[in-house]
Amino acid sequence: MIELQDVCKIYDGSTRALNGISLKIEDGEFAFVVGPSGSGKSTLIKLLAGELRPTDGKVLINGFDIGKIKNKDIPYLRRTIGVVYQDFRLIDNKTVYENVAFVMRAVGAPPRIIKKRVPYVLELVGLKNKTRRLPNQISGGEKQRVAIARALVNNPDVIIADEPTGNLDPARSVELMSLLEKINGLGTTVLVVTHERELVNKLAKRVIAIEHGTVISDRTGGYYLDEKEKIQQILV
Amino acid sequence: MRRKKYNRFWYDLAYFIKEGLSGIRLHGLMSFAAVTVITACLLIISTFALVAYNIDLLIDGLASQNEIAVFVDESYTREQAQALQEAFSQIENVESVTFIPKEQAFDNYLEEIGEDAYIMEDLREDNPLRDEYRIVMKDVSKHDETVESLKKVSGVASTNSEKELSDRLVKMKNIVNAVSYTLVAMLGGVSVFIISNTVRLAMFARREEISIMKMVGATNGFIRAPFVVEGVTLGLLAGGCAFFGEWLIYDYITEKLVEGSGLFSMVAFSEVWTMLLPLMLVVAVIIGVLGSVMTIRKFLKV
Repeated sequence: MIELQDVCKIYDGSTRALNGISLKIEDGEFAFVVGPSGSGKSTLIKLLAGELRPTDGKVLINGFDIGKIKNKDIPYLRRTIGVVYQDFRLIDNKTVYENVAFVMRAVGAPPRIIKKRVPYVLELVGLKNKTRRLPNQISGGEKQRVAIARALVNNPDVIIADEPTGNLDPARSVELMSLLEKINGLGTTVLVVTHERELVNKLAKRVIAIEHGTVISDRTGGYYLDEKEKIQQILV
Repeated sequence: MRRKKYNRFWYDLAYFIKEGLSGIRLHGLMSFAAVTVITACLLIISTFALVAYNIDLLIDGLASQNEIAVFVDESYTREQAQALQEAFSQIENVESVTFIPKEQAFDNYLEEIGEDAYIMEDLREDNPLRDEYRIVMKDVSKHDETVESLKKVSGVASTNSEKELSDRLVKMKNIVNAVSYTLVAMLGGVSVFIISNTVRLAMFARREEISIMKMVGATNGFIRAPFVVEGVTLGLLAGGCAFFGEWLIYDYITEKLVEGSGLFSMVAFSEVWTMLLPLMLVVAVIIGVLGSVMTIRKFLKV
């Protein structure tokens, strides 16, 4: 479960990135966080991943209190979260299989479990036949699938995807969202940060809109307005 | 079929060693340069340590000599000189007193010279040596007081003992020690810096991997270990090279310079290597760990 209570994050004593955000995402939920650049989305992700600490308020995720967590416990927090980035962040000289297996190795999983789990996850994301390829031998959509497989392989409670479709064409973006839905269907909480309006509206999930560091709307049904629509709505 | 038992410790260790060695291979030239420079540093440090050790042994040897030579004034006749024995015997801390007439002292001297003694033979008639006494002390630590008492006896021209030489050597040793400590600090610092730079290169090459490892929840210890292995391996390689280098240098100095000239003797390498090898390896490991940990700390701050 993710819970933010009146969270403020101020950089360098003056730049206010988050301004009293409160929200709650239950286990097994699928939610979008939307908002324009500089709205505080990235700060939110960094807070959830334990890369930053709140200036004020409380950030709770999977039983960890980010404001109070000890440095030595941060790795254990991160094992409960899988993060997917826009730029994939794959290791170029490792094969698809190795890119995924290596993160299991990094958290000390036994070889027997790795051999079982990695093929399963790669099959889940539809890359069963490309395990021996290097990242430069697969497409952008496939790279993002590897990144999802990697985020998923340690069986996290939450998957946070930061602009996962930013580098993909519309068709691949839809495929990727379907994959995230599938993963959500298996019980993993999925939080997707994006500003792809059409995609968000198509999926009809919970949408949390952030602007200037505050939640301006939080509703289920996938209704995400662009600037023009917002103005029209105000006028009506 | 029985499944092989999984042992986390050995599994991780094998991984750290594999990754650490691959870092060395990846930056072969830099690793080679690092090992060479650290070897040179360790060679200089160990050479000074061995010089200090030899001086130490020499000092100990000399200081344990409990004999003082007392030379009688030339103006004294043989009878007068022999009469001094009584006075010496009464001094506290004197164990025994042996009179050596100057003729015997001359014979002893010729014997010491060996085959070139004939050159000095002409001097026998006009013997430049003095009658002397060999005084054996009960307690070597009271050397200075005993010499003072001996010098107070009238007819004593001068005294000589190994202790005086040893005092001079102690001063020399202090200088060698001061130089050694300075070198250890300086060259140790250089070695740590070099290891740190080599490891920095390896970390830079794997920065993406490190950030992913952090992202998925690898502990700092797990991320750090391969780089520590790399630093320690470089240190150990340099330690090993320096040890064999020192062996060659030391043997050369012992055989060619010291024993050839007959000035003084040095302990054989076979007697010091058991002390030198562990010392070098420990220093090498410390340098390796310090060098790598210093760099890693900067990289792991997320």
